[in-house]
Amino acid sequence: MTTTQDVEPELRRSNALRESWIITQRDLLHWVRQPAGPIFNLLFSIMLLLMFGFLFGGAIEVPGGGDYISFLLPGMLTLAMLFGLESTMLAMTTDAAKGITNRFRSMPISSSAIVLGRSGADMASSVLGLAVLFGGGLLIGWQISGEVGAVVLAVFLLLWLRFALLWVGIFLGLRFRGAGATAAIQVLVWPVGFLSNLFVAPETMPGWLGAVAEWNPISATATAARELFGNPTGSMGGILADNAVLMAALWPLVITLVFLPLSARAYRKLRA
Amino acid sequence: MPTVHSPHQSLTYSLIASGLQKSYGDTHALDGFDLRVAAGSIHGLLGPNGAGKSTAVSALCTLIDVDDGSATVAGLDIRSSGKQVRERIGLVGQAAALDDILGGRQNLVMFGRLFGLRSSAARARADELLHQFGLTDAAERPVSTYSGGMRRRLDIAASLIRTPAVLFLDEPTTGLDPRGRNEVWRAVRQIAESGTTVLLTTQHLDEADQLADRISVMNHGRVIAEGTPKQLKRRLGGGRIEVMLEDGTRLTEAARLLGEALGTTAVVDDYSRTVTLEVPPGGTGLMSVVRVLDGAALTADDIALRRPTLDEVFLALTDMPPAASVADSSPDSADRTAESADNKETP
Repeated sequence: MTTTQDVEPELRRSNALRESWIITQRDLLHWVRQPAGPIFNLLFSIMLLLMFGFLFGGAIEVPGGGDYISFLLPGMLTLAMLFGLESTMLAMTTDAAKGITNRFRSMPISSSAIVLGRSGADMASSVLGLAVLFGGGLLIGWQISGEVGAVVLAVFLLLWLRFALLWVGIFLGLRFRGAGATAAIQVLVWPVGFLSNLFVAPETMPGWLGAVAEWNPISATATAARELFGNPTGSMGGILADNAVLMAALWPLVITLVFLPLSARAYRKLRA
Repeated sequence: MPTVHSPHQSLTYSLIASGLQKSYGDTHALDGFDLRVAAGSIHGLLGPNGAGKSTAVSALCTLIDVDDGSATVAGLDIRSSGKQVRERIGLVGQAAALDDILGGRQNLVMFGRLFGLRSSAARARADELLHQFGLTDAAERPVSTYSGGMRRRLDIAASLIRTPAVLFLDEPTTGLDPRGRNEVWRAVRQIAESGTTVLLTTQHLDEADQLADRISVMNHGRVIAEGTPKQLKRRLGGGRIEVMLEDGTRLTEAARLLGEALGTTAVVDDYSRTVTLEVPPGGTGLMSVVRVLDGAALTADDIALRRPTLDEVFLALTDMPPAASVADSSPDSADRTAESADNKETP
């Protein structure tokens, strides 16, 4: 047997950022080694885009006028951010079930790296998802008329929402570890996604339902993105529509302020 | 590593736990858990499901906080020096904690870099470990294609990247077929030879017997017996020899001859044509049996040496059944259960 006990190579000091990056790289390697999953996810979002754009889109009129495809695209981009929540939660529960989380925890690495590594991987995956939808949207006639700065701000706000939902996914993944919980979330993101202004303007809904849809945090991001991309908003105004960018900045901040501490607490409770 | 001076001897311990307490609600997973493991030895922690073995390992690996008590691992306090403890240990948990999508080498390189190795050093160490554990040919394949024994070996390799002072193995052979189990046993012996202290939990007496220098028997969150496998077996009695005769009419004669030869009482079961003899540990019982049968021109259909089962260990040590059933879904333990059922003496 060969041992290297006496050969202790020069070690780097524990560094949360470096460790996070190594854990992020693990997910990036997954894409390379098993691209079917991510590709299926991307195809699914393209399918939804085509379904709403052409199958339902013809029957949907945007209040205040405007092209439905251009109304829809910011909504689809927002939906992709929401769906990211599932993959975050699934990755957390899978690692916990396989004991990988415990192996990481038994190693001399920064505990924040385990969570930050997950964040890095999920944000990277969301950037890719946005890029594919962007391309798909432009191919089917999405018109962007906003200025470059506004477009960059819109993308930033979308990723800001994804960042906030990351903490929801991490919290849920740490707190509810059974496969049933993941399945429940996969179902529950649909009503959250649809009870919003992503596909249809709340103006066209019954009053109470429209109010729910308007106040849905993800609606704020969609409205802000529509404004910034220079797309029809389908909104007749109101306090939310008038402050869309502000709301799109605030909602994710609130979500983060609630769920980041909850995630940290759930992580500490692993030691209980 | 601390040197602990006892009145009789001075020994270096890699692992000392005293009075560890850990409760989950009303369940006392650890209830005054004490342990001393000499440096460089293999120590078996033997007990049924629910005895608290995994909780003990989690506490010593600093994965969970204990309610009370103290412990040092490689001379470091688990409560105040968690991170330093984690620099000196390796943990192989019950589930093979590996990334299924990545290849064996990629897994080892990732864990190596997390342990602080530079990429080139991590790759070199990965290749070395793959070679050591006979996984070089499978290095690039995704771990999901590995057999149970291969996964376990890779899992163990991943915990050895930094040559830990103490390696924790939590039921490393659960769910493995006999071949996989032998592969793991070989690996564990190699590790101990290299000077790493090993704490191994198991539900199987023969596993502890095969590997461990000393065994602590655990039940209800505490150690109820401790000693070398030999000492424990002496306390338990050696086992039984069962002789199934071809000729059912000569059972009484055979029982008398065998009983005299082995200095023990023989129990006869007419229905199964079997004579059962209690034998002391480490004796030459089987040899004597063969000699007696041969001398009396008795033909045996079957001669079997039955070792004490974990159930019997617990009965002998506690006079009460273990905290939970020792039966799990592995075929191995199913055999064991069947075996102990067979062992019931017929009046």
